[in-house]
Order: sequence, then structure tokens, then C-alpha cells
Amino acid sequence: MTLDEFKSAAEALRADGPAQVTAAATLDAWTDARNHLVGRTSGRLSELMTALGTLRKEDRREAGLLANTVKQELEALLDARHAELARAQQKGPAIDRTMPGRTTWQGTVHPVSLVIDEVVEIFRELGFTIALGPEAEHAWYNFGALNFPADHPAMDLHDTLYVDEMVLRTHTSPVQVRTLQQYPPPIRILAPGNVYRADPFDASHAPMFSQVEGLVVDEGITFADLKATLTRFANRFFGETKTRFRPSYFPFTEPSAEMDVRCGVCKGSGCPVCKHSGWVEILGSGMVHPAVLESAGLDSERYTGWAFGMGPARTALARHGIPDIRILYDSDVRFLEQFAR
Amino acid sequence: MNLSHEWLKAFVPHALSAEEVRDLLTAHVATVEGFERLRADLAPFVVARVVETRKVPDTKLSFNTVDDGSGTLLEVVCGAPNVTAGAVYPFARTGTMMPAGFKIEKKKIRGFTSNGMLCSAAELGLGEDHAGILELTTDAAPGTPLLDVLPLGDVRLVLDVLPNRPDLLSHLGVARELSALTGVPMQLADGPHAAPAVDVVRDPRAATSGGATVRLEDPEGCPQYLGAVVRGVTVAPSPAWLRERVEAAGVRSINNVVDVTNAVLHGLGHPMHAFDLATLAEQTVVIRRARAGEKMTTLDGVERALTPEMTMIADAARSIAVAGVMGGEASEVKATTTDLFLEVASFDPKRTRLTRRALGLSTDASYRFERGIDPNGLVDAMRAAIGMIVAVAGGRLDGGIMAVGAGPAPRSAVGLRPARVQAVLGALITEEEITRYLSSVGFRVLRLGEGEGVEKGWRGEDVVFSVTPPSWRHDVTREVDLIEEVARLHGYDRLPDTIEAYRPTTVPDHPLFVAGLRVRDTLVAAGLAEVRPVPFVKGDDASHWRVTNPLAEDEPHLRVSLLESLARRAEYNLTRMHGDVRLFEVGSVFLGKRHGHSGVQGAGAIAEEVRVGIVLMGARHPQHFADGPPPVIDAWDAKGLAERVARAAFPGAAIGIEPAEDPALWAITVDARAVGTVDRVTLDAPVWASPAFGIELTLGAMPVACVAKPGESVHAGVRPASAPPTPAVRYRPLPTTPAAAFDLALLVPDALSAADVEQVLRTSGGEMLESLALFDEFRGAGVPDGMRSLAWRLTFRHPERTLRDKEIDGRRSQLLKSLENQLGVKPRTA
Repeated sequence: MTLDEFKSAAEALRADGPAQVTAAATLDAWTDARNHLVGRTSGRLSELMTALGTLRKEDRREAGLLANTVKQELEALLDARHAELARAQQKGPAIDRTMPGRTTWQGTVHPVSLVIDEVVEIFRELGFTIALGPEAEHAWYNFGALNFPADHPAMDLHDTLYVDEMVLRTHTSPVQVRTLQQYPPPIRILAPGNVYRADPFDASHAPMFSQVEGLVVDEGITFADLKATLTRFANRFFGETKTRFRPSYFPFTEPSAEMDVRCGVCKGSGCPVCKHSGWVEILGSGMVHPAVLESAGLDSERYTGWAFGMGPARTALARHGIPDIRILYDSDVRFLEQFAR
Repeated sequence: MNLSHEWLKAFVPHALSAEEVRDLLTAHVATVEGFERLRADLAPFVVARVVETRKVPDTKLSFNTVDDGSGTLLEVVCGAPNVTAGAVYPFARTGTMMPAGFKIEKKKIRGFTSNGMLCSAAELGLGEDHAGILELTTDAAPGTPLLDVLPLGDVRLVLDVLPNRPDLLSHLGVARELSALTGVPMQLADGPHAAPAVDVVRDPRAATSGGATVRLEDPEGCPQYLGAVVRGVTVAPSPAWLRERVEAAGVRSINNVVDVTNAVLHGLGHPMHAFDLATLAEQTVVIRRARAGEKMTTLDGVERALTPEMTMIADAARSIAVAGVMGGEASEVKATTTDLFLEVASFDPKRTRLTRRALGLSTDASYRFERGIDPNGLVDAMRAAIGMIVAVAGGRLDGGIMAVGAGPAPRSAVGLRPARVQAVLGALITEEEITRYLSSVGFRVLRLGEGEGVEKGWRGEDVVFSVTPPSWRHDVTREVDLIEEVARLHGYDRLPDTIEAYRPTTVPDHPLFVAGLRVRDTLVAAGLAEVRPVPFVKGDDASHWRVTNPLAEDEPHLRVSLLESLARRAEYNLTRMHGDVRLFEVGSVFLGKRHGHSGVQGAGAIAEEVRVGIVLMGARHPQHFADGPPPVIDAWDAKGLAERVARAAFPGAAIGIEPAEDPALWAITVDARAVGTVDRVTLDAPVWASPAFGIELTLGAMPVACVAKPGESVHAGVRPASAPPTPAVRYRPLPTTPAAAFDLALLVPDALSAADVEQVLRTSGGEMLESLALFDEFRGAGVPDGMRSLAWRLTFRHPERTLRDKEIDGRRSQLLKSLENQLGVKPRTA
């Protein structure tokens, strides 16, 4: 074979080889095409390689380079085609990809718990731990230790449910006294829990609801700490907001203060949600009354503290636009499923 | 407390708007929670400018072009003589309802269409001036609401008065605060409260004057009682100013005499009563306890049964009023009444509270007596009442004021340290400021010499001030009460809010909170929904604690099991045609009337436990089109979930789910201690509902015992019990040799448990038995009655080498032999 003959055979392979590769529509056809083109025993390329030996010695180098180029080109084409065919085969028969995927049941956390979680998370960042106490409580922890005067109108704010010698606690504040009796200062605790009032169910009242109590007691704690910490909480919880502190009255704190935040609906210009005041009441707070510290055997001269209490259910109702508090208790699955995360 | 803006101004002639008063009171005194313009009917009226006016010849009428700010000039016909181009007037657009009760409509007058009305003062209900329309002196743009331009009518402010501040239950009391906050002095003796100088006849027990006698027989229930006789009054409707006052306070106007008593109550904070003197036997008033079995009909027409715990006002024969609560029908002031016996008194707060509760009768009077009135204000209130009655109903005072009782006890002083003010508030408030704040609201502030405080027995050697509260402030008895006064008058919003470094708390997280969260996460991941129901159930007295004053008679008990609540919640969903119910709760149960899971048994005390409860029913998973209908949840789902939740609740502990005695399904054990159950739940369910399963697990007891005695702690010697660290999982080396497995299908009699078979398989399986998994249960063809086929896969592995077939076959024969010898169990053959 002359060099020219070799060259034209190689170029012929180079010209019609790619078409044969592309024409292979299945993996089997691809195998045939590969064998035909670059197969070791009977392929056209191996024929060329065999013919290489018949060329003049000085032509072999040029012919060899050419044959190698053709080989590399064809193999690259073959590899690419194989990958294509393999992908196509892997995909299997066509599926309607608009159809739904397989799911499992979605569990949900109660909307009130979601609020409590968030409050807990924020106060944890501020060094608080979680304390709990019983719901069936001694009247002393619920009232006496918290400086409620006996037979006083202050008691009218706590319509109480009684069981045997005990009360169903009307607030989480008894946990303050239990904690102060158990652990020495410094105290920074959050006490979430259920509390009870003799209020029948209606759209905005429930005989049992949750409350979150906070308590800080140490040397040198001031009203400035109260304002600073609660304002920080409000800004984390509601996003950048303004707070306002108003005089209030709780037997177990003094000075007592209600904290309001700017109404999130009207931004302060007044709307039905905030009763046109521009502010929404969030929590009650105050400096721990010295009588409470004394109930727990603490020196009220040495220690000061502050406390707050808030109702997460109210926040949950407002946040989710739930019109009736009873929905929180009904436990309708279709309601609970709305809070799946 | 309803406050009239105008009435407050009569006490303190300040120049603030009602909005400013609202904000000031809310910031420094008590929250104003209601704000209502009493002339809200004027809200639709606007300011309008007359652009052009043309007289209609031979009539009083003018045709006017009016700019009402709407963008379109209006034609308006007016009959008033004083219309002037360029001037502004109150304007009623068409459709506006006039105070007189008719609507302004589009009218044709002499070929002109009149689109609205320019108004006179009389037409707005602002006076009698009909002479012309009301020219306004304002530069407000046309279209501005009239109420924004004129301080028209009164504003009612609703003050949320908390139990510690009864002094705020009157206009006088709130005015004192406004005076302190604005610096505008009070003017007490002005206007309708002008009070005549009157003789006061004082005696601890009895006094006579003006032909009447007062006798005090219950000084404990009534520390002070004042009476006075006014003769020759004419009972009639009240004049407008008096009617407006009481109506602004939210009270219905009755007649001039009754309205005066209400004006004194809401104006000065002293509940008072006027009796028809002619109805009083022997013209005598006795303050005494009610007699056993005594009855009296109160003003509301209800006959009341009285008890000797109640203080009564009586005449010589019978009770005529429930002291401090309500007057009697028989002595009521009527249209024909001419002679009055007036009462102003101070009744004991606790006695009033007891009586009010016993009678279920709360009144404006009882509300104030329960909280405490100003014991020094009685004579002034009586003089004001006499002055007002004479002014509005005629008549004259006969004699003087009879005053019986001990009179008020002097107030004791409270020591105050400026250093303590700073320690509590975190702000430096100067001695000058402290003195000014406290003095402004009636406290007497004395600066002490060195050591004087110690002499008085006050704590600390640095007491600087001796502060005597005013007679109307019953709530101030301690230094901290004074600090609150300083704080609020200074202004909470002016106090600093710097966050300070803090020391870490000594209190560990409560373990039940931590366990509850772990359980919750597990159950939410398993597809359950958390609920928070109330713990009240139907129950029964034998096993449940009963709420003494339950809200609902059909659910008067506290639950002893969470499943009691959860079952009702499941039924709630079933009645709404929702059968896929997977609910859980972490909550309290109230035991003690019987044993709990953990055997808690208080001696007659409530034993509270925190538990997790679960109710499960319906499809095991959502349906997918590729799979066909999903199976329903069965007992095995419940058992599996119970194990999962127990592991979450008690990490690292040995969990057992043991068969329980029929009809219960399983008992849950933790380190061999029974802590819960898995069971079928009986529901009031429709036929289509699938079976329900319940799981209940006690997380721990919530002790109700007192931590320490009142006034004591257990700090000394007690180390805070912190939760032990969760045991760490130990790493097991991963196998390097292949496993060999075979299946065993066995015929197992019903009486024999799978656990019994597994026991033999494990003991005979040897060290190389790596795992044992039950994978099939079958009854039917080829399996004799009373038996079932159970199939296990057994996996063996040698830690160092590949097991030979011969070894595996040998193990298999040995296992079958053991099963036959020990249990009589044979393999199932084809």
C-alpha cells in the first residue's frame, strides 16, 4: 500500500465513521458500530494498522500519526455516544413528572408552643434557664408568698379554681417563690406553664391558658436592667420596634410596669387592633417586691430583682389571625396541620 | 372609672387637650383604656368656606357657592342673615344626620339646588343661638372635620384603676395627679362644689341635730358616719350641667337629689346616700349589725336575706340600707320627698367586701368602700353635697353635720433613702426631685437629721427622708411604695435602659422541660400533632379530684390520665368526619385519689405527674397513587411508637414494652420500672372510624410539697441537683468479615410466645448469632389449628474469618434440636 492509498483510506474512515457512531440508536448497535470501526480484530482501524506494516519505512511515521488521530477522534465520539445511550437507558420508560411524590404524615407543634419556643430561645441567649412548678398549688405560693393582701380586691383579678385544700395556680408566679427557696441567687429563670382562672370559655377567655414567667434576682439588679432586657426581647421577638412602659399594679412587684410595643398593624397611627392607641400590651413586669424575697428567706436589702409575665396564647392569636381562642383547644387536626413546618 | 375631660378641668384649669391628658395619665398614673367624644354625632360635619354669596331679593335667603374641600364647589341656599363671602362655617353635606334627628338632603329652592347646609350653633346642639350661622375663626382648610377645629362637647376618658389606687376613683383624685403633672394648682372651692361653712357636731357614739339623731352601734364596721338634715327641697329633673356631669361619668340622670349624690361619688370619691327623712321611724339613724333572720328590700326591688356579719343602716324600727352597698326601697327619695337625711360615711373595707360577696351585689359604693376612701374627706364631701342640693333642689340645712365615730387614725411616716431609690431604679434622682415629686401628690416630706431614722427604727443608717402619705393613699406603707411614686412621677420612659453584665444563674434547666422537648421533637418527626387541651374531665369522685367551683358541671374533675382529654379531642375530629387522628400532649395529671404509673400515693394530697399522652388512629401514611390505599394504624404501630417515645424520654435507659394483663396491651418499662401503657382507646366513634390506640408515659413527678417553710429557704447545704449527663453511645467496631444468614419458619402453638422462642434461639444460637429478626407470621393452609407459622432470619458472623457452610448447617440443626427439646417446636415443612 502506498502512503497516498493509506491516507485516503484513513480519511474515508474519518469521514464516514462519525455518521455510523451517531446512527447507533441502542447500546447493542453501538457495540456493533464500535467493533466495526475500532474493533481490535475486525475493525476498519485495525485493518489500517495492519496495513501500516506494508508501507515504506520512511512513510510509516506520518501514516502512524494520522491513524492515531483518527483513532482518538472516533473513540471520543464513541465514548460520548455511549454515555448518551446509557443515560437514556437508565431513565427507563417516560414518567409523568407532574404527579405527586410520596410523602409521610407531617407532625406539628401547637401554635402556642411555637410562641413559647421563641420566647425561650431569646431568653436563653440572655442567660436564662427553664424552671417549672406544679399546676395544683398551695394558696400560700399562689397568693400569700406573692404579697397578695388577704380579703383584698386584688384577689378579684384572680378568679380562682379550688381543688380540695389547693388552688389551680392562677399565674406562673408561684414558680418565682419556689425557685427562690430552692436556689440561691444569682437567679435568671424563665417559667412557662399552664395557669387557670374561673373564666368560662368564650371567644377571648379560657379557663386554662399558658403563661411565661421570667425572674431575675441578684445583687445590684435595677429597673434599668428590666427595661433594657425586656426591650431587647421585644426587638428580637417583634422585629425592630418601640417599647413603652406604663405604671401598673401587681402585688408581687414594685414598681410595676406594663410593657407595650408599637402596634404592628398601624405602626402607631391608631387602628382597631390597638384600640386606636398605637400600642399593644405585651407583658406585665416590675421590680420584685421585697416582701416576695422575704417570703423566700432572702435578704431584701442585699438582693433586688425583676420579673415579668406574658401570655403566649394572645400573641399566637394575633400573630396567626386566629379569631377565637377556643380554636386553640378544640384540637381540630385541620387546624393543627396548618402549622406544619 | 369614667372621667369627664370638662369636669377634670373644673378641678384643674389646665390647657391640655383630652389626648394630652390621656397620654399623661397613661404614662404616669394609670392606663386610659377608653377615649370617647361624647359629641361623636358632630363627626360628619366639616369646615366650609363661602366663596360667593348673592342675596335673593325680597327674601331672607342667599344663594351661595361653597367650598367644602371636596374639589367641587357646591351651591347652597342659606336663610341666615350673616353669610359673608370668604368666611368659614360649620357645614353639613347632603346625607348628614343633624343632631335634631333629620337628614340633610338635596333640595330645590327657587330654582336653585341646595347641596347641604351651613349651620348655626343651635342646629349643632351647641346652644340657643339661632340668630345666624356660626362663623368660625380658623385657618383650617375647607373639608377639615369640625371636631378638629372646635373643642366641641366633652370627652369621656376611661381610666383602668387598679386595686391599689382607689384614690383615682374620682375626678378629684385624678385631678390631683393632673395638678402634680402639670403644675396647675387645684381649685377646690370653685363652681358647683362651693361648700358652705357648717357646724359639725362630733361625738364618738351619738349625735342629734336638725331634729334627727344618729347612733353608732357598730364602730368596727363603720369608723365614721356623718349625717345632715336638709328640709324643704323640691325633687325635680336636674339642670343641664348636673345631668351632663353624671352622664359623662356613665350614670343615668334620675333627679336633682340623686344626681347630687352621684356627682359627689364620681366627683369627690365619697359614696353618699340621701334618705327620705319622713320615712325614718323616730327620725333616727342607727348603724348596727343586721339581726339574725332580718330581711330588707334594696333599691333594685330585691328582697335580701341579711346576716349578723353585715353592717346595716337602720331607723328606730328596721334596716333602711345595706351599709356601703345599697339603700333600701322604703326610704328612697321620691318625687314627693321634701326633707332629706344625707349620709356620708366610711365603712370598713373587709366588712363591705364580705357583705357585697354574700349578697352578690356590687355597686359603685361598695367598689369604693372595699378599696378604701379618703377618711379625711368626709366633712368636705358632706358640705359639697349640702351646697349642691340647696343650689339645685332648694331647701335649707337644718342644724349642723352630725359626725359620729372615732375619726381617722393618723398616718405613720415611712423612711426613704435616696440611695435606695437609685439602687432600685438604676438612676440618680436628686433629693430635690424626690421631694418635689412626693410633695406634688400630697406626701409630707421631712428631711431628717443624722441618726433620726435609726431612732425611728428604720432600716439602714442613711435614711434621709421621713415621708407621711396623704390620707387617701392606703397603698403606701413601705419604702418601696415611695420609690414607685418617684419612678412614675419621674416617668418610666425617662428612666435608663442600659443592659448590665450579669452573673450566670444557679438554676439548672428543669429535667421535665428538657425531657418534654425531646419527646415532642420525636413525636412531631413521627407525624403527630401537639395539642394543649384543658385538663377538666367528666371523671368520678372516687378516683378523680373534684374542682370545688367547676366551670362546667359535666366536666368538674381533674384528669388522672391524658388519654381522658385526648379521647375527647379525637372524638371532636371524628364528628368533623376526620378519621386520621394522631395527637399528643405533654401535660399534667392529678393523682392521689389512686395510684399512678409510678406508684405515687400522697396521703390525701394531690400528686401531680407530667406525662406524655398519645392517641393514634387512621391511615398509617398518606395515600400515594402508586401504592393503593394505605393500611390503617394497628397495635404494632402503637408498640413501635411507644418504644421510640420512651427512648426519647429516657435516653440511655433500658426500655421494655412488656405484654400487660388483659385487656391492656403493653406496659412500658424503663430500667424495669413501669412508667406507662399502650392500649386500645374506646371512643364514641362512627362506624367508618378505624381502631384507636393510646400511649401514655410518665415523664416524672411534679412535687407539690412546699420547698421550705414560709420565709425560709433550703439554700444551705443543698446542692442544686442537675441532670446527669446522658450516657454516651459506645462505638462498636465495624465487621470485617462476611455474614451468613438463614431463615427458620417454625410452627408455634398460640400459647407459646414469640419471646419464648426467641429466648431459646438466642441461648442456642451461640456467640456468633449477630441478629434475630422476626419477619413473618402466617396462619392457614398447611398450619394446624391453634398454631401459627413464625419465621425468623438469623444472621451469624465470626469476627475474624468467613464462616464455613458446614458450620452454618451444624448451627441450624442444633437450633432445631433445642427448639424441639425445650419447647416442642418443629419447623414448618413446605
